[in-house]
This record gives sequence, C-alpha cells and structure tokens, in this order.
Amino acid sequence: MNILVFLEQRDNVLKKSSLEALCVAHHILQGAGTVEALILGEETQALCQQAEGFGATTCHYVDAPSLRNYQPLLYKELVVQAAQRLQPDCILGMTTPLTRDLLTRCAAHLKAPILTDLVTVEVQEGRLTGGKKPLYAGKVLANMAFQTQGLRIATFRPNSFRVQKIPGTMTIQAMQLDIPGTAMEKIALTEIRKGKSQKADLTEASRIISGGRSLGSADNFAILQQCADVLGATVGASRAAVDAGYATHDMQVGQTGKTVNPTLYIACGISGAIQHVAGMRTSKIIVAINKDPEAPIFSITDYGIVADLFEAVPILTKKLQELLKE
Amino acid sequence: MRIIVCIKQTLDTEAQIRISEDGKELRLQEAKTILNPYDEFAIEEALRIQEKAGGEVIVVSFGPDSVKEQILRGLAMGADRGILISSVPFRQSSSLLVATVLSKIVEQEKADLVLCGKQGIDEDNMQVGVMLAELLGWPHVNAVTQLTLSGPSAHVEREAEGGQIEVYRVELPAVLGAHKSLNTPRYASLPGIMKAKKKPLETKTVSDLGLQESALQQLVQAVAVSYEFPPKKPTGKLFKGGSTEAMVAEVVALLRTEASVL
Repeated sequence: MNILVFLEQRDNVLKKSSLEALCVAHHILQGAGTVEALILGEETQALCQQAEGFGATTCHYVDAPSLRNYQPLLYKELVVQAAQRLQPDCILGMTTPLTRDLLTRCAAHLKAPILTDLVTVEVQEGRLTGGKKPLYAGKVLANMAFQTQGLRIATFRPNSFRVQKIPGTMTIQAMQLDIPGTAMEKIALTEIRKGKSQKADLTEASRIISGGRSLGSADNFAILQQCADVLGATVGASRAAVDAGYATHDMQVGQTGKTVNPTLYIACGISGAIQHVAGMRTSKIIVAINKDPEAPIFSITDYGIVADLFEAVPILTKKLQELLKE
Repeated sequence: MRIIVCIKQTLDTEAQIRISEDGKELRLQEAKTILNPYDEFAIEEALRIQEKAGGEVIVVSFGPDSVKEQILRGLAMGADRGILISSVPFRQSSSLLVATVLSKIVEQEKADLVLCGKQGIDEDNMQVGVMLAELLGWPHVNAVTQLTLSGPSAHVEREAEGGQIEVYRVELPAVLGAHKSLNTPRYASLPGIMKAKKKPLETKTVSDLGLQESALQQLVQAVAVSYEFPPKKPTGKLFKGGSTEAMVAEVVALLRTEASVL
C-alpha cells in the first residue's frame, strides 16, 4: 500500500494544513506502507524539509519556474503523471480552493472516485474506506463510503485532524516529470493581485472573529480587525453584514458563504441565523458577544457575553493583548 | 455565441433537513426547493454576454421532473430555451455521472461557453463544473468574480485565498463557475414569466444523448451509506449582568485555562 499526499505551497510557503494531510496518511497506513509526498513549484527542494517529521517516507518535488503559481492544466498533468508512476492506492490532500480544482480534475481524468471535505476517516487494513462529510453547510453529516477497489482520492477539511510529530526519516527526491509546453495554452494564471488581507483564508483559519449587521458600517469593522491582529485571526462576517455592504463577499461565513472550522470563533453582534450557524457550528470553541440575551447564537456558544460589542470588543482586544504578551 | 448554463435544484437555505428513522436517507420531500443561489449569477452573466455578443442561452439541468420550475425561472429571466435531462432512472448519482451527462449535451448543442454556479449549496462538492471541463478537455475556473470576453479569449478573475484575486487568461470554449460578486441577477418580470411558459423546454433521457444507464451507474463509485446530525454542543456558559470589563476578562481567562485555545 502507498499513499500519495499532495502538499500545497502558496507564495513558495508550504501550507501548514498540508502537514495535517500527511498525519492522516500516516494514520491510515499505520506503518503498513509508504507515504509519498508531492510538492509542485519553484525552488521546492527547501520546502520539502518542512514536511519532515510528519510521517512522509519520501518527499518528491518538481522544481520549475512555470510551476511557481497554480496552473490548472499543467498541475493536473503532473499529478496524473506522478500517480501513474507511483501507483498509489490513494491520493490525499486538504480541502482548499486549489485542490477543489486540481484533485477533482485528476479524479475525472483518472476515473477515480473522490470524496472532498471529509472531517473523519474510516480505515480498514491500511485502506481509506470513507469518512464523514458535512452536507448542507454542516446541517447534516453523511457517512460516505467508497464502492470500488481501485485508486481513491480524498481531501480533508482543515483543522479536523491532529497534527503531531511522527518519528522516522524522510527522503527528499527530485521527481523528473515531463512538463508539457502546451498545458498553458488553454489557461494560464497571469497575475495574483494582493487583496487587503494577507491572513489565512477563512476556510483554513484557526481563529476567526466575525461581525454582524449591528457593526453598523464598514468602518466599524476596524475594531474587529484590531482584535484579529492581536489574535492572528481572520475577520469574517454574517450574510446580513455583507448584504448591507459592511463587508465583502469573500468574508461571508455561512451556507451561501464559506464553511469554516477554526479552533476559536468569536461572533460579534451576530444573532445566529440558521444559515450562518450552518457555516461555523463545527468550530471547536465558539464565543459570542451580543446585546440580546435571547439571540439564538447563544444556544451554540461555549462562552456567551451579553454586552454591547462596541464596548466589549475593544476590551477583548486589550485583554488578549495582555494575555498573549506574557 | 451559444452559452449553456447548468443549473441545479437545491433546498431553501432556511430548510430544516430531516433524516429517515433508519438513518439511511434524507427526508427532503416536504422541504421547499429553490434554484441553487449561485446558478442565478451564472444565468445573469450568460444573459449579459448575450446582450453584447448575441447568440443563444440554454438552461440545462439533470434532475427530476420538478426541476422544470427552476428551468422556467431561468427562461423567465431571459434565457431562450431549456433542456431537462431526466435523472429519474438513477437512484444514486455522483458528480462524475452528472458531468458525463452534461458533457454530452454540451457536445450535442455545440456550446462555446458553459456557465454554472460555483457550488451546489446542498452537497457543497464543487465538482461537476471542473469534471465537466476535464471530460470536454476544456479549461475551467471556479468562483469567478469578473469575466470579460475578447474574441476567443476570456479575462477571468476569481476570488482566491485571503482575499487575493487570481487573474486567468482562458481560451474558449471553457467552463466557468459563477461567484456571487460576479453580478446582480435581474428579477424575472411578469411579462418574462408569461413568455417563459411559451419558450421551448425539452425533456430528454440519457439514451437520447447516446448514453447507457448501466454504464452511467458504474460512475457511482462512492455513496452516502447513512446520515446523522452533528453532535449537539453541551450548553455553554453565559455571562450577563456584570460589568463588561469583568465578563470579558473572565472569558479570556477561560479561553486559556479551560478551553486551551489561547
């Protein structure tokens, strides 16, 4: 048995969540096979070292200037080639915007089944047999099971599995693949414009602070941003806040926005509409600040504070600053 | 330019999901259905392209008979005709199955561009669009926030991570998945709704597309064997009535000592 884990880099930084995928691969095999990691990019050899100690047997890298950024058809071609060479039982990755595109395309190319966004895994004799997958933005969980025997592909929701050091050595190896010159004719990523936020994407963030319509204006979101800066958190928003124009679409948490899974979620002035809750209910710890003691959000919070957010959030920022400085 | 917009019927976002007693099925019969919200942006974008470049907009869905209601919605917004491919023979489905069926209609209709919503808000898979592109050998970009066509090329912007914008040059034909900030969908006007009823809405079977049911069934390679609700959180601690300063201080302390998240 062997598992191929796709490691993701962005701006030549190895994504932390990729280590989670390695740990899941190790958990599936329990030593009864090899974990082959694959990283595509430019100057990728150095990135491989960061993957050491998380259960990979070998870290294969492909290093080419054309691979610096994600190029859909080019990356697909290379992952397909790597899969054909290594003949894994399973290809794994984390659920990210990139793998949603790349690994799904590979699945269609290889006619292999794919399960995305698993939050648990089922394993039998060193093989991944399925896992739980949230549907309807987390209102319900489906127990998914592979039905065929060949290659299986799966991706995991970030922050769902434990990341821990795993003893063992890892070999770093350049993989010689045929980089087709034509793969960028049909589609090429030509530019990445830096958005306002350089923070982790909401879907991968381990800490999130979100605001609702009671923030009252886009400018008032600054008080959440200050708190987020102290926490190393990403700022989110409810649909009501986005519809009111106080926050951008990419900040929206909920069923028609993003489904998030942080270890800490702080909801400020968010009432807790079903469609918002669906997108954040799996957060490990939920804190809510709301003036209304009857707000539905309090039924799912670990710690609720009945207070005016304009008073409470600056205090929260100050207290966190004191605590985290220690 | 002939544009196919692929749409899906989904449950209303406010719908409560029910599970059958044996846990093996979802009970969705009584729930209100809607046009998948992201698909509205795809229809709107197709209509805007048509207004500039001419051509035809076809709304296509693979689904049960009741999807006609959502197809009619697209026709009422302004699409020219609809095609329903019946999913009735299929008890179970998969993204690859749906993409395979859609790929045949795209070939049959010789479409130049396929638009869909970036994801169905039911299964949240985001798979059909990119699989369809792969089967057709076409490029694909999902979560598109801006689309400008110039001749055979498209300038496509998508929302990437952390608020970044990725810019792609895409050669048509292509499959693109619409995000909500792509446009503001129009409302279907009353005359639009009246006219929609007279527009062609064809129903096809998979065999009309030259596909065999049994071969398609083979594409269901992973299934949901049961369903469950997420575990209910135990009741948390609610702080009220105290001074805000004291309440916040206590919660911050608990986040470290009890919850261990700081």
